[in-house]
Amino acid sequence: MRDAAVMSAADIRRAVVRIAHEIVEHNRGTQDLVFVGMLTRGVPLAHRIAVAIAEFEGEQVPVGTLDVGLYRDDLTERGPSVNIQPSDLPDIGGKRVVLCDDVLYTGRTVRAALDALIDYGRPASIQLAVLVDRGHRELPIRADFVGKNIPTSRSDDVQVRLDETDGEEYVRVAAAEEAEALR
Amino acid sequence: MTIRPPEPRHAEAAAPLAAHEAEENAWRRRHLLDLDDFSVDELELVMSTAGAMKEVLSREVPRVPALRGTTIVTLFYENSTRTRASFELAGKVLGADVINVSASGSSVTKGESLIDTVKTLQAVGADVIVMRHNRSGAPYLAARHADCSIVNAGDGLHAHPTQALLDLLTIRNSIGDVRGKRVVIVGDVLHSRVARSNLWSLTALGAEVVVCAPPTLLPARLGDAREGDLPPVHVETSLDKAIEGADVVMALRMQLERMQGGFVPGMREYSRLYQVNAKRLARAKPGALVLHPGPMNEGVEISHEVAHGLQSRVEEQVTNGVAVRMAVLWLITRHASRGGRSAAKAAL
Repeated sequence: MRDAAVMSAADIRRAVVRIAHEIVEHNRGTQDLVFVGMLTRGVPLAHRIAVAIAEFEGEQVPVGTLDVGLYRDDLTERGPSVNIQPSDLPDIGGKRVVLCDDVLYTGRTVRAALDALIDYGRPASIQLAVLVDRGHRELPIRADFVGKNIPTSRSDDVQVRLDETDGEEYVRVAAAEEAEALR
Repeated sequence: MTIRPPEPRHAEAAAPLAAHEAEENAWRRRHLLDLDDFSVDELELVMSTAGAMKEVLSREVPRVPALRGTTIVTLFYENSTRTRASFELAGKVLGADVINVSASGSSVTKGESLIDTVKTLQAVGADVIVMRHNRSGAPYLAARHADCSIVNAGDGLHAHPTQALLDLLTIRNSIGDVRGKRVVIVGDVLHSRVARSNLWSLTALGAEVVVCAPPTLLPARLGDAREGDLPPVHVETSLDKAIEGADVVMALRMQLERMQGGFVPGMREYSRLYQVNAKRLARAKPGALVLHPGPMNEGVEISHEVAHGLQSRVEEQVTNGVAVRMAVLWLITRHASRGGRSAAKAAL
């Protein structure tokens, strides 16, 4: 049975700080930046990146939250995810939006998020920051900022746990048979 | 490097989940017929979903693709303005196709039975039938014979679940949790499906519900503590007493068309004793909310100044109606798409 904590709390902290630096470097500052955290675990990540930037850059980047439940095309495959929450976005018209999420997998959630964002306004650009890229894309989507690339099998279960949402903090990969047992 | 040891399985299962995931399994309904068997979790899920829908409605372009490809039919055997319009709008905001069928303009006038009508609508591709009928229980009959979802938009004297849900949303938006709050429902309770559905949802969430009406307009057995199958409410025939200390006053429409049976001596006497007016409202808690399911007979069950006063939430009720109906349509179609409907369409 393959099972390992592939990122500890310290690894996650370092990855977030590095992503924060990369975002500021790539955008040559924080001018017009807006972070949009995708519910659930993208939201604390977006806030953490904003906090890190505030510490070394002294600038506050606005943070919004986005629920893409109403835009998904894979509900039947994912099962009974009926719970949706209100999105809360600052004005994104003309802004450089950085979408934040925990895991990038097929790319379908990001596709839904792009549709949703465009319903709210016309951003100057949209970038993507993820804590984990686990591969297996089904759409032509890539992340601009990645905490860690983790090669996985499709049957693996990548579990991201963050203090704000789960009361514990780690990333691990549970192999197929264990993921099944946990369900 | 210290790595947090992987938790044992049991601890993992008991770990606090994001609220998002914890409630995922609260919804198991294909139909919405009444609220009498709704759990607190289900009511909370509708409320939180409706909150997300309100955000959609507040956008410059209120339209999302959530129900694209879904066909909703409103089948109304009784007249209606707001319920039908808000269901239609709710469906359209979610990207569904909405078809309106009125009994008066359909084969119903040629004698087609309810079951045949439902089966016909299903055969032309309806995924959801939103139904209003003048007979209590008609949606239950339809649900027994339908593979699609049935939403009760009012059946006879029996139930009007989406109205009760929008009332609940309106109350909670203003005063928060209803537990321990005094809610007075006054008027023609006997003929009111709105009141019946409201009793279930409000008591399930722990509100103290007082039903107030002339004895002739009260259902038998209501308020009798020995009747375990009825919602636990207080019954009071004097509005002046009932309204004392109320947090919410819900006035019901005096259904003038049903008043041929000598239930009240006359409208003037009724409004003298049971009208929600400024003088009576002053006995409730300061700032108590006033609700009315509409359409209002101003000057009968509610005075003009109260109906349009600061404490009135009547307009907000109409707005919330769209959000609640979006939530209901979303929830029941998400459930249906897990098995039946999409599988049936794939088989075509």
